[in-house]
Amino acid sequence: MSDHHDDHHHSPSDPAIRAKAIESLLVEKGLISTDAVDKIVRHYEEDIGPMNGARVVARAWLDPEYKKRLLENGAEAVAELGFGDDHSAELVVVENTSDVHNVIVCTLCSCYPWSVLGLPPTWYKSAAYRSRVVKEPRTVLKEFNLDLDESVDVRVWDSLSELRYMVLPQRPDGTEHMSEEELVALVNRDSMIGVAKVGRG
Amino acid sequence: MTQKLDDQIAYMPNEAALPRANGELVFEEPWEGRAFGVVVSMHQGDLYEWDEFRDRLIAEIADVEKTGADSSYYQQWLKSMESLVIDKGLITKEEIETRAELFASDDYDDHER
Repeated sequence: MSDHHDDHHHSPSDPAIRAKAIESLLVEKGLISTDAVDKIVRHYEEDIGPMNGARVVARAWLDPEYKKRLLENGAEAVAELGFGDDHSAELVVVENTSDVHNVIVCTLCSCYPWSVLGLPPTWYKSAAYRSRVVKEPRTVLKEFNLDLDESVDVRVWDSLSELRYMVLPQRPDGTEHMSEEELVALVNRDSMIGVAKVGRG
Repeated sequence: MTQKLDDQIAYMPNEAALPRANGELVFEEPWEGRAFGVVVSMHQGDLYEWDEFRDRLIAEIADVEKTGADSSYYQQWLKSMESLVIDKGLITKEEIETRAELFASDDYDDHER
């Protein structure tokens, strides 16, 4: 089509070029705005993810009053820290102790506290996880390399669209000197679902 | 950002689930994030029902699976986005081709916005 083929760095069918072409046309026609697109990408890159839940957990470990509020009304306590816009859903936080280990599931669909944990892992949504964790929780946890003592009571919490759960994992020993930032870095997503524990890092 | 839309994104059926790691969306390249943002933005502007995009994406993914074509998730997303805007009469295929040619050409300054 032109004499400069060998000088082309990009082809019109290159996805980056195509995406840019479509976006620029939509913006020109006033159908979307660049600002709105920027905001959306930023929202998903910065606001959504388990770092929110990790912050909630670290705060609960450090502040007994906050922990009390968190266990009494999860949604409100989480909102205190600026997270969670699950306006229609209640959030109940269940605490792991040396005697009790909690794990969450949604047997009917895949309800998940995404405002504190981000997007659900694909295994969480699988039919296998949803049916098996209720029937044989210890076996499923073993598959996640979590081997619990027989003396520990395992409780499975089944979410509904109006009622979601999050696990408050146990604070590991040897972290007494850590700052909130250091604790946040320790908390992993799987420990807030209940298929892992928090390590010392 | 409406909770309902976030839910629909979070709970896409498994065969069309957005690539993620540790709870966060994964964009291998910046254009993937832009394509995601454009689709969500158009929906926020009520330009289409979410199912219309989602069903196209599922069909596109199934098609690629059948033919074994070498195509990434977001390339399928982009194709679905392109066919959606054309079918909805928002942009024509010619306009897209012309604009893409412009952006791809040597004469176009990449630093222009």
